[in-house]
Amino acid sequence: MTQAKQPIIQIRNVSKRFGKVTAVDNISLDILAGEFFVLLGPSGCGKTTLLRMIAGFEMPTEGQIIIDGQDMSLVPPNKRPVNMVFQSYAVFPHMNVTDNVGYGLRISGVSKGEIRDRVAEALELVKLGGFEDRMPDQMSGGQRQRVALARSLVMRPKVLLLDEPLSALDAKLRAQMQFELSDLQDKVGITFVTVTHDQDEALSMASRVAVINKGEVAQLAPPADLYEYPANRFVADFVGSVNIFEGKLTLDEPDKAAVDCPGLGKIYLNHGVTGPHGADVWVALRPEKIYLHVPGEGKAVRAAAQDAPDGHNLARGTIKGMSYLGDITLYEIQLEGGQMIRVSRPNLSRHDQEDFTWDDKVSMHWRADSPVVLLS
Amino acid sequence: MFNRTPIAPLEYTRKLWMRSWVGLTMLFLYAPLILLMIFSFNDSKRNVVWKGFTLKYYEKALNNDSLVEALVNSLTIAALATIVSLVIGALAAVALWRFRFPFKGLVEGTMSLPIIVPEICLGVAFLIFFAKVDWPTDLPWPLNLSAITIAHITFCFPFVAMVVRARLASFNKEEEEAAKDLGATEWQAFRDVLLPHIRPALVAGALLAFTLSLDDFVITFFTSGPDTITFPVKVYSMVRFSVTPEVNAASTILILLTVILTFIALKLQGVKGIAETH
Repeated sequence: MTQAKQPIIQIRNVSKRFGKVTAVDNISLDILAGEFFVLLGPSGCGKTTLLRMIAGFEMPTEGQIIIDGQDMSLVPPNKRPVNMVFQSYAVFPHMNVTDNVGYGLRISGVSKGEIRDRVAEALELVKLGGFEDRMPDQMSGGQRQRVALARSLVMRPKVLLLDEPLSALDAKLRAQMQFELSDLQDKVGITFVTVTHDQDEALSMASRVAVINKGEVAQLAPPADLYEYPANRFVADFVGSVNIFEGKLTLDEPDKAAVDCPGLGKIYLNHGVTGPHGADVWVALRPEKIYLHVPGEGKAVRAAAQDAPDGHNLARGTIKGMSYLGDITLYEIQLEGGQMIRVSRPNLSRHDQEDFTWDDKVSMHWRADSPVVLLS
Repeated sequence: MFNRTPIAPLEYTRKLWMRSWVGLTMLFLYAPLILLMIFSFNDSKRNVVWKGFTLKYYEKALNNDSLVEALVNSLTIAALATIVSLVIGALAAVALWRFRFPFKGLVEGTMSLPIIVPEICLGVAFLIFFAKVDWPTDLPWPLNLSAITIAHITFCFPFVAMVVRARLASFNKEEEEAAKDLGATEWQAFRDVLLPHIRPALVAGALLAFTLSLDDFVITFFTSGPDTITFPVKVYSMVRFSVTPEVNAASTILILLTVILTFIALKLQGVKGIAETH
């Protein structure tokens, strides 16, 4: 992927209020040319409002949106160098596929021959060759979405905006479209800005993700950083599944730190946190980063004979719940201190799940660099 | 009758009581109309006893200049009222659907007032109004129909607005936004996306307006002058002397006319499209 590093969209202190409700609260961020940018957040967090402001369907109450160096404040949607794929796809029901895709070119006065060529090219791009004369009501949801994609791409926009592009598709098709969208973006080299509430979508497609919460950017990072180094509890919890323990920061040196969690004991880390001593902090630990085994004997699945290798944290508990998900099994374990902790474990063989069952006493350990200490 | 399979519990259309009920309803609704049509061919001065088949009352009706004039007047008024009602009604519906403004509820309420207010009151109101503003009555045709046409528009356009409004409720605003996103101006988006969506409602509204205007008697009676007789008013004045088969013949022609018009409109639009508006 070619990554020109200059921003194509600059969002400068943008706020949007609907009456007393603040949908977008002073957001500033740059979207770089050629990147696959994802706005991720729960419903009602303001991500769609932000996208609609970029498209020009909402006016910012405050702030400025600059696209390709040009202030968009007074530019109506039909004059902006961006195109949008709507959540409902908004395919024109009374036009066939060719007329749908060619609509934008037709009203901007492009010659008939060029329209024909570009429509054919766009349909080829979204793999809809042969559907030229279909009416939208004769097509599936996935096919209609491809029409909407082609209709936008044919305009050769600088930025393509996608509003929840995959939310209406079934799981299999969604996974396939994730790949296709990434592939498509590679091929056409247009900047994609996608809104989604689905973390899988964000993690798999994005080059960078902005997690939005209550109208503000909670974190802006590449997908892997978002998952491994969440900046706060919201991001840790929203992206992926996580165990969060509240505690006090009792030790904080450049190469080690410890958090005293009531009921759980001290959690050690092999790196410093640079937080205020004795402050309330939260420790986030992903379920898949915890090793699980039967305490103190050779039936251990991964660990050696002793309960935990050197430098690992250790905890004990009782299995209270299990859900078998096929590829992994999710365990709900009650710690000796009473809290619940979630541990996931890949089913490497067909018989893995038989190793543990309800009410088994188990011990858990995790590497000292696995937990993340969150200050907010 | 020769159906061997037994009638299943949910096969209502094959049950005797259901069939007779439907038949009775049809009879109740259409028997008077059919009688009227049959007796238009009756070779008798009175409408009571069948005396034999004839077409002479059709001839008579079509040669009755004042009746034909009334029919032409009615059709002209209906056409004008329909066109104006369509424009005003559709625009009103779009405005009420699109914008939020102070006293919107009030505007919406007063707009449908002509539907609710008893016709007789509207008629009297128009009579007083046109007298008060001294509306000219001695204008050449078709300007002399202006008073009636205005009155008809008043009670026709709310029906158009209502039907169009209902249709707009099912419009996906993202389609209009998509058009603008692709470069369409406000007008182009309206013409290319919104208008095709409300087209069935416009056809249905036009049909409603046209038939409402064509057969209106009460309001027209109060607003028509001696030179501006419409068909229903004319028929009424004919009936006051006697119900001759000529009246039947004229009515049959009118029924046929409306049925044909409706049929054409439905053909143009597709019955499905009209049904979708409700």
